[in-house]
Amino acid sequence: MDYLPLISLHSGETCKIGRIVAGRSATKRLYEMGFNTGAQIQVLKNDRGPLIVALCGHKVALGRGLAQKMLVGKVR
Amino acid sequence: MSYTIALVGNPNSGKTTLFNALTGSNQHVGNWPGVTVERKEGQVQRGNQLYTIVDLPGTYSLGALSEDEVVAREFILTGHPDVVINVVDATNVERNLYLTTQLLEMGAKVVVALNMVDEAEDRQISVDEKALAQRLGAPVVPTVASRRKGLDQLMQAAADVIERPLNGVVRLSYGESIDAKLAELQEFLVKGDLTYPPGWLGVKLLEGDTYVRKIVRENASLQSSEEFGRLWDEIAAQEDDWQLEIVDRRYQFVSAITKDVVQRPGTAVQTATDQLDRVLTHRYLGLPIFAAIMFVVFQLTFAVGQDLLGDLMATGMGAFGSILERVLVNAGAPDWLIGFAGSGIIGGVGAVLEFIPLIVILYLLMGLLEDSGYMARAAYVMDNIMRAVGLQGKTFVSMIVGFGCNVPGVMATRTLESRKDRMIAVLINPFMSCGAKIPIYLVFIAAFFPSYGGLVLFSVYVLGILIAFLMGKVFSKTLFKGETSHFIMELPPYRLPTVGNVLRNMWDNVSGFLARAGTTIFAVVSLLWVLAVLPGGVEPYGPESILGRIGLVIAPIFGPAGFGNWQAAVGLFSGIAAKEAVVATLGMVYAGVEGGAELVGVIREVFTPLSAASFMVMTLLYTPCAATLGTIRKETGSAKWALFSALYTFAIAWVMAVLIFQIGRLFGLS
Repeated sequence: MDYLPLISLHSGETCKIGRIVAGRSATKRLYEMGFNTGAQIQVLKNDRGPLIVALCGHKVALGRGLAQKMLVGKVR
Repeated sequence: MSYTIALVGNPNSGKTTLFNALTGSNQHVGNWPGVTVERKEGQVQRGNQLYTIVDLPGTYSLGALSEDEVVAREFILTGHPDVVINVVDATNVERNLYLTTQLLEMGAKVVVALNMVDEAEDRQISVDEKALAQRLGAPVVPTVASRRKGLDQLMQAAADVIERPLNGVVRLSYGESIDAKLAELQEFLVKGDLTYPPGWLGVKLLEGDTYVRKIVRENASLQSSEEFGRLWDEIAAQEDDWQLEIVDRRYQFVSAITKDVVQRPGTAVQTATDQLDRVLTHRYLGLPIFAAIMFVVFQLTFAVGQDLLGDLMATGMGAFGSILERVLVNAGAPDWLIGFAGSGIIGGVGAVLEFIPLIVILYLLMGLLEDSGYMARAAYVMDNIMRAVGLQGKTFVSMIVGFGCNVPGVMATRTLESRKDRMIAVLINPFMSCGAKIPIYLVFIAAFFPSYGGLVLFSVYVLGILIAFLMGKVFSKTLFKGETSHFIMELPPYRLPTVGNVLRNMWDNVSGFLARAGTTIFAVVSLLWVLAVLPGGVEPYGPESILGRIGLVIAPIFGPAGFGNWQAAVGLFSGIAAKEAVVATLGMVYAGVEGGAELVGVIREVFTPLSAASFMVMTLLYTPCAATLGTIRKETGSAKWALFSALYTFAIAWVMAVLIFQIGRLFGLS
């Protein structure tokens, strides 16, 4: 699967987490909050400011910097 | 004998609501030994048995990423709770069970409170609690904490688990290579005679847990073994990979369970939260709505808290003061005692009590915003602006809290994950004008700007925010340059705030004030009073008193700012102890009364509108009070940062006050 940064997705699109290339503690925090490999998320908002994504039906805001470092595979 | 129950759960899982529902008013708050993380305990009586429930901090994990996590796991491992109640959000089982797996790894006796099952039902999510219990090897009790449902069954399940040992502790597998390494480690760790379960230590070592590494490194019998040394180096080389592998394996364990146990509808049900968020986090509307909400909060706070209740309180205190004085006079009390009671206690402690209504209203409104889930949205919409000045959205929440009091404001920075964000948020918090400074502004407004009171007060707050932003920018480019910052924040579903939670949150904060009024501030005003009447024979609160002499020494510093008299200096000096003491001190040194019209009259003669403005700016920005400095020291873990904070804020305040006065003079003011 081709990975692209989460930030390049539009709102409404769904993807699976592939790899996170952020710093050690940020990566671990993301993993522990449920953004682990294979987790499916939907982008709810990606216009200005942090992204809002849905993970298991719950909303999480992610800074644009982090979203750049989260590599995901699009799900149709 | 009482049994101990530990309460753990993710943030937003309803853990606090459950704690409040179980313990009612039977709670007390303290700190964990050695750290500032709050420790809440409550008692529950069931039949003849007393249970002590310890509310552990809400965390996603039990690693070592934050102090909260360490506190929670230390208690579970070494505090020997008889049972651990794990609050699991029924709408979010897939993620909440991650924490549960770590409890199982610890070998804790767990009872799962499957909370908010009503919300899960609304979203058409069904959880087979029997199957879940079987797979976890722990009882699962459905609850709705906000409506007190399932509480009795939960306590019964906990009582049962305490009575009989759990059979068949679930073991996780982390894949062949890690399991093998763990088995190898285990042999050594068992011999190490450490206070923690060796199996758990092994997993944490492979996860690169800094605390556990330290424990093991300091264990002499382990470190003397050459074989262990080799194993240690091997682990160090691979822990980055293993760390994420272990997290992944926990999730695999969880998803193997949830796949059979949790049924979700094909497409997520649209909720009121989604509708609300469309407006409240809207790219253009979000910010104006937030501004409007904050405006209403402060309007209400001042209208109800200050104008209505505060004045009532002041009148009451005044009446009480004259009664007390009469009683003392009639009882033939010596003059010094009457003076001390009047100016020391009524003037100092009373000044604090007068603005308690304001704090009450402010915290009630903040509690409503917090409990409804809006505060997370506020952080979200502010993130853009905050980012422009090198900060992030969550920092703004701690700043808002600082408007009430900088002590909880500084403590609220704990939600910031990165050190850089947290340190900057701590250092700029004192620029948020706290509630205790309001009476000071009000005196100067009454003296010089009575018709522009609202505008002046508003400008003061805005100036504080601007300076905070400016310093945030400076710090992020200098002291904390290059350190990373990241923004991850859960946006919990909107909920109707519960009266109990809002009241309790308010009381937790306000009781802190009351406690300070009774202790620190009482001590401060007593000391100031002593300084003001000594050495014997001098005119109390005169320039000859010790207090006056201190003022005379400091006063020249403030000359360029336009208020280089000893009285103003003494007022500011007392404010370093507690901002509440400033007005009372000014009142005594200027007018021989605690405040009120006489003080306003004298201020009008001594100050000019320009020097009043520079004095207000000085008050806004200068050295935070002792309580705040103490909190900064605890939160940053170093007295150096507290000292830095005390000095740099003073420097900024002085520069700003001088600038205002000197520029004002150039324009022919004063």
